[in-house]
Amino acid sequence: MAAPLYDKDSTQQVQDAELAWEHGELRRAVERAPESRSRYVTVSGREIDRLYTPADANGADYIEDIGFPGAYPFTRGVYPTMYRGRQWTRRQIAGFGTAKSTNERYKYLLAHGQTGLSTDFDHPTLTGYDSTHSLSEGEVGRLGVAIDTARDMADLFDGIPIDKVSISLTINHPAIVLLSFLLAHAEDAGVPWESLRGTVQNDSLKEFHGQKTFALPPRGAYRMTMDVVEFCTRNVPNWNTISISGYHTREAGSTAGQEVGFTLAQGMAYVEGGLRRGMTPDAFGPRLSFFFGVHMDFFEEVAKLRAARRLWARIMRERYGATDPRAMLCRFHAQTLGSTLIREGALNNLIRGSSQALAAILGGTQSLHVSGYDEAHDIPSEDAMRMSLNTQRILGAETGVTNTIDPLGGSFFVERLTNDIEEEALAYIRTIEDMGGGEGLLDGMFAAIESGYIERQISEAAFDYQMRIEDGEYQVLGLNERDAEAPPPPALYEHDDAEETRQIERVEAVVRARDAARTEAALDALRRAAEGDANTMPLIIDAARADATEGEIMGALRDVFGDHHDPGVF
Amino acid sequence: MTSGKPAKVILAKLGLDGHDRGVKVIAKALEKAGMDVVYMGMRVTPEQVADRAQEEDADVIGISLLSGAHKPLMARLMQAVDEREMRGETLILLGGTVPDGDVPALNEMGVDGVFPVGSSLRDIQAFIASRLAGKEQDA
Repeated sequence: MAAPLYDKDSTQQVQDAELAWEHGELRRAVERAPESRSRYVTVSGREIDRLYTPADANGADYIEDIGFPGAYPFTRGVYPTMYRGRQWTRRQIAGFGTAKSTNERYKYLLAHGQTGLSTDFDHPTLTGYDSTHSLSEGEVGRLGVAIDTARDMADLFDGIPIDKVSISLTINHPAIVLLSFLLAHAEDAGVPWESLRGTVQNDSLKEFHGQKTFALPPRGAYRMTMDVVEFCTRNVPNWNTISISGYHTREAGSTAGQEVGFTLAQGMAYVEGGLRRGMTPDAFGPRLSFFFGVHMDFFEEVAKLRAARRLWARIMRERYGATDPRAMLCRFHAQTLGSTLIREGALNNLIRGSSQALAAILGGTQSLHVSGYDEAHDIPSEDAMRMSLNTQRILGAETGVTNTIDPLGGSFFVERLTNDIEEEALAYIRTIEDMGGGEGLLDGMFAAIESGYIERQISEAAFDYQMRIEDGEYQVLGLNERDAEAPPPPALYEHDDAEETRQIERVEAVVRARDAARTEAALDALRRAAEGDANTMPLIIDAARADATEGEIMGALRDVFGDHHDPGVF
Repeated sequence: MTSGKPAKVILAKLGLDGHDRGVKVIAKALEKAGMDVVYMGMRVTPEQVADRAQEEDADVIGISLLSGAHKPLMARLMQAVDEREMRGETLILLGGTVPDGDVPALNEMGVDGVFPVGSSLRDIQAFIASRLAGKEQDA
């Protein structure tokens, strides 16, 4: 069934009329007053035309390329009713200090309109070291919550109904450990695993070019990711097993097209891993989710999200043979990019956050975090998080943008940008596949990571962006445009240095009280399993039950898979 | 720095912090400005940085920290610099998420320049050039 957006005749008529306009009204106007710049580019450096018309549809077909929400290829949204059915989940990430301190922040957020929880871990937890390790000095509980054992996980969710509130664990290489801590806590709390809803980020591959909180070398880390996917597909059926993440790639400085290309390439590598383990895409595909950043370029961001949705659906159906529509959905969380927050005139970031959040909503996000206005100074204050939630509440309730689905669909400009970003992303995917010998994305991703290709591509883009700011081509208030009256931000988050000591005492107490022989036996069993091919997750859950620390469990995995060192590519 | 020889700059990230976008942009910019740049990567210890700076007879040590751990880690770096008698010989710079309120304490410790997120590359380059030129005059 074909439904071309514009037939050849009418497109030709539009082009003829446009030519006449260019030689008439436009030329006269430009002669009187020239345009302010010689070229107009997006945040990603994409050159933008003065005007888009039906001629830009370039043979697009409404049913095949745009379609209907909740129907293939899902360009307009993953659900048939979108926000008319249910609004996005307001999910502000939080984590600092000890589990007890973060638990209080969770209760604050839930009392102020938050509808799902998301956990930010500190650097030692993210990189698989205990709070007691020498490398952890000064970073325990500093940028996230410190979690060392399953006991800390119990403190983190104390008094919170984990069978009712969905939980996101933002952790990657040690994802298998932190999720095991949660499963151990659920057992103790009498909550069956089947009733847990949430997400573990578990995107090991992106750690080598975005976020960079790696704990294991690429292949070992990837094996752990897939152990989680396999285990949860069988035992924790409502859990999103990977949040395939572009956010960090974008934070590292990539363009919008690279963000989609590299992220979907990661996703394809995980799908191929699942296929190699004998699972069908319909079995595990529905529990793969995504995470994108939202930058300042409004239409580019909306188009990026639409492009990602369509391209993923096409890949899952056409390349990997998914037949269940749920396995084709690019369901995603969106976060306004921390790197767009400006230090001078911190309150201006409220305006940036509102615009970015609106782009995420018009891009069809399933959940949203609006970064705090004060985060160029420190982790967000309570007040900043309240304002982030209010941004979401106001946009959701007062602007009317949720009344109809994909209101920017059909815009000549947005459809053209959607097509262009999809094509650009696909070109990156092909390049990566070729690097692995053209046999698939799994080998391609390892080759692209190990050669530094992805990291270099992102660094180049980050440098170009910085140069456009330095040259004043991209104007940013408070950076290269002075905001003379900018007041300092209101009360910032105040870090309590004693939290580090409290956490170290806590983990030492747990270690003293445990049955040392049982812990040791669990860690030995894990090492043996990691040396073979068996799924390690049941053994990691056993180690969690035996109060093994995160550092001990990750240490056992490092014994088998080795360590990873940053190559210092720039 | 002696005339004609490019300034030697050692860049590194201390601790477990993974935010390396800024330091890589700076590495590229300083290299393009003609400086001799060594980027040691992430998860480097203060002692390793000081050792490398001594080996390479570095003019500048640039540390990037967005982890909030700048106070203890820079204190350790300054101690390592002192142990190698490099204070005053090597320009010590810090960039990243540093609250304004922490800057005086860092200067007190011996950090020559603090460049919070949003600093311009031009300012950083100009600072290095003027401080190194001043040092050459003193010598």
